[in-house]
Amino acid sequence: MAYMHIGKDFVPPDVPGKVTGRIKYAEDYTREGMVYSRLLTSPIPHARVLDIDASEALAMDGVFGILTADDVYPDGEPQSTGLKILTNEPTLVGEPILALAAIDEKTAETAISRINVTFERLPFVLDPLDSLAEGGANAYPGDQNTFVFRQGFATEKWTEDQVASFRAGNEPTAEPQQTWSLGDLEAGFAASDFVYETTFTTAGYPHHSMEPRSAMAYWEDGKLYLHGTSQSLTALADGMAPIIGVPKKDIVFINAATGGGFGQRARANSIPSMAIPAKLSQKINRPVMMRITREEEFTIGGARQGFQGWIKVGFKPDGVMSACDLYIISDNGGKGGGGDASSAADCIDVLYQPDALRFRGTSIGSNTAHRGAQRGPGQNQIAPIIAPILDKAADALGISRLEIRKINAPRNGDVAGPRQTPFTSAYVPESLDMATQQFDWEGRQARRRQRNGSKVIGLGLGQGYHNAGRSGMDGIVTMGTDGRLKIHNGAGNLGTYSYASTSRAAAEVLKMPWENCDILNVRTDNHLPITSPQDGSNSIFTNTRTMFGAATDMLNKMKEIAATDLGGDPADYDVSNERVHQIADESIGYTYAEVAQRAMELGGKFTGEADMPEELAEWTQISVSRLAGSAFMGVYHDPRHEGNPPGFTVTCCEIELDLETGKYEILDMVTIAESGTIVHPQGMENQLVGGAVWGIGLSGYERHLYDPQNGLPASTGYWQSKVPTYLDTPVKIGTGWVDLPDPENPVGARGIGEPSMGAVSAALTAAITDALDGHHFATAPITADMIINHLAGTEENAAPLAQNNFRG
Amino acid sequence: MNPKVTRRRFIKGVVASGAAATTTGMWYAANGQDRPGGAVERLIRINVNGQMRSVDVAPQETLAYTLRYKLGLTGTKLGCNRGECGACTVLVDDVATYACSVLTHSMKNARIETVEGLESPNGDLHPVQQAFVEELSPQCGYCTPGQVMAAVALLRENPNPTREEARHAMSGNICRCGSYDSYLDGVMRAVQLG
Ligand code: FES
Ligand code: FES
Repeated sequence: MAYMHIGKDFVPPDVPGKVTGRIKYAEDYTREGMVYSRLLTSPIPHARVLDIDASEALAMDGVFGILTADDVYPDGEPQSTGLKILTNEPTLVGEPILALAAIDEKTAETAISRINVTFERLPFVLDPLDSLAEGGANAYPGDQNTFVFRQGFATEKWTEDQVASFRAGNEPTAEPQQTWSLGDLEAGFAASDFVYETTFTTAGYPHHSMEPRSAMAYWEDGKLYLHGTSQSLTALADGMAPIIGVPKKDIVFINAATGGGFGQRARANSIPSMAIPAKLSQKINRPVMMRITREEEFTIGGARQGFQGWIKVGFKPDGVMSACDLYIISDNGGKGGGGDASSAADCIDVLYQPDALRFRGTSIGSNTAHRGAQRGPGQNQIAPIIAPILDKAADALGISRLEIRKINAPRNGDVAGPRQTPFTSAYVPESLDMATQQFDWEGRQARRRQRNGSKVIGLGLGQGYHNAGRSGMDGIVTMGTDGRLKIHNGAGNLGTYSYASTSRAAAEVLKMPWENCDILNVRTDNHLPITSPQDGSNSIFTNTRTMFGAATDMLNKMKEIAATDLGGDPADYDVSNERVHQIADESIGYTYAEVAQRAMELGGKFTGEADMPEELAEWTQISVSRLAGSAFMGVYHDPRHEGNPPGFTVTCCEIELDLETGKYEILDMVTIAESGTIVHPQGMENQLVGGAVWGIGLSGYERHLYDPQNGLPASTGYWQSKVPTYLDTPVKIGTGWVDLPDPENPVGARGIGEPSMGAVSAALTAAITDALDGHHFATAPITADMIINHLAGTEENAAPLAQNNFRG
Repeated sequence: MNPKVTRRRFIKGVVASGAAATTTGMWYAANGQDRPGGAVERLIRINVNGQMRSVDVAPQETLAYTLRYKLGLTGTKLGCNRGECGACTVLVDDVATYACSVLTHSMKNARIETVEGLESPNGDLHPVQQAFVEELSPQCGYCTPGQVMAAVALLRENPNPTREEARHAMSGNICRCGSYDSYLDGVMRAVQLG
């Protein structure tokens, strides 16, 4: 389809501000009378606060007050998962206990050094399997180690023998907390010609967004103004209001740009620390800035769940995956939360369509960083584990590694997951063809495992998946008598530019030149509609639907006004060149400026004063009511879509691994997206290369390290849980996309942010395995020291399946 | 505070003063501000973006602190404040330098350039900035000012680098969004823009 805007590059309006340094992040703001907050955090991995003596600190000049958990939770702390604002029951090192505000940070830190906190030390645990074993320490309050949905904290124990047997590489024998299955597993394995079984680990690691989550707040005329950081603008503000305890109509959330989110800034409860300056400011009646250090960002910034798992996969002689049995202990960290394990099983079901699949999972806490969604939670951890297994099956069955993936690939009309949801569309064989052709996969096979001195070539092929679209949100567009289109977009600015690219769906409907459109975002008092939290790769799908819908509402109203005033039926009208006009005689019509003027004169539904969709969210209703009467308005509530809109990726890579150092160079990489129509090619390319860097980190570098004696995190910085650099990534990453429209989206688009990582991790791990003659580490990351130990035949020091340690 | 405090539990407890308790890093001290005996600010003059600026500076104040919080030049970002990420990169006598890791007092005879000083007087973007816009190099943008400054330093020293040379020259700047490929595209385009 020929579009005016969709599928074309443009300069998102915030880009010049990013290259000049003019765009403001939360910490770049100041406010007259602003004072500074610092945190006192727990030095102990698991403790209870018995007493806080802040008398000396509070008597100091320049100290304005403190905020404790008793202030923020007067009725007691919530007994639920997730990070709290402040706590008297810390379950990880670095958890905020209290905040203090002072004239400057020096005074605040000096004052904090004069506060005496009496802690009762409690036993702590760093490895979920240690907690699971009878007699092991428990991470959570009340001596508990897990959280059961709708029941609360609980205790889960295996016998020591059961844990030891699992660590020794055997299938866990204990009852799981959660299970779901599809098909006949026994029959699936019975029909298998090749069966592979292994235990595995994947590491937890921090999000490490580049911008620490600093925030500044002040109150004016009963309204809270909060400068913060987020992946989602209105969705975050909507959830933040109840956390702070302010009515939705009285919060103004200001967030022009966000220095990275990756899952941990999507929802208000993943960033409750922003309530600290808001509440302190309310208490001391001054603007409060809370700057966050890199170490604090590590602690309150969240982490990916690590897995300790067992997997058994069977393949029929023709290469069809006939059965997959998966059992995962997921590390819930210090605060509970995270549903990655079930998503991992779902991902296998989507990508390989096994005849039968069983998932079993148990989540156990550890006194380590709090866990939550991180780019492709679950789907991406399992990607590097499963890819080498497919290669083993291919080699054993005499099928090519490409062919085995095509045989099992999901297609249009297929279903997947515990509820056997159909895809809205799926073109994975096409993506496999495109990636392998662009990479010359077949041509390169001759180089496979070729030696050059101490170096050896490895080839890898990988696939990624994430469901990539929600619906049910709202859209608003307005037009003033100048005829410019104002697109009220509640999407956050987290670096994907989806706030801008989804806005182009509105411009498309009205055939509006881009230079005559204004995007209203940045702050919630720009009268923004509700959006979905921007996690789960959903923004493109979700917000093109709402933007398209709101503009269509405006288009229909334009036609109605023109038909009423100028004669004929609305169906006789169309738009072009910023005019609504009769199709038969284009001279009969109104300019956009004129039709907006008429809408203002008519009022009522044309200006948001009547007949608004009943299902609008409270947040949208507030925005519409404030705009009512001030502009010509298009408003839309998006009904739910049918099916699962998937995002798929395929990656090919070639590496050269040095058998003497255990290091490897990625010589070439091609990564292809299958995510419907491409809305913004440059933005798509950024998601693909960015996801690739994350995939390289997952496969080779990133992991938690904790000191086993004291429970102190040893990987709080960029060089310890190592983020890939320019030199760890290929000189150039080839990209491409299938670009076939999805029927459930008005412009055919689906999301891609998360699967872009999984395919790369799968391909890179497959290539490492290939270079090492098929040695399957069954772990992520695979670090250089693991490779060296393997080649030297040296036993690893860590306990098998260790977590938050050098192994896992 | 806790109603269930018993004498026994109190004795089992650990008394932690805030200094020991705050394990997550001191923000102010991390900026080199603190010093036994107190920090006396002294008025010095430094050359920032071609202008001599007078500013009161504490003995152990970092350049990033002075630029951001005293001179209002918030384009220079702090990602780690400890020499790991490059978000704070500025040019000191044309050399890319981590502003979080040098003291302002050592800058008295130096020529400091920040991202705010790159545009021409008529508002035209520097070729590196223009190229980064055209290639959509930034994602979240937080590392971008540092990447811009690293690229400017590279092109002053080597106006015609290969992509491989650019990759090495830029390798002190982390991008958590993983936009390395797009930044390198930007550097190579900047070479063409001159
Ligand atoms: S802020 Fe200076 S190197 Fe990170
Ligand atoms: S663009 Fe986000 S850290 Fe580089």
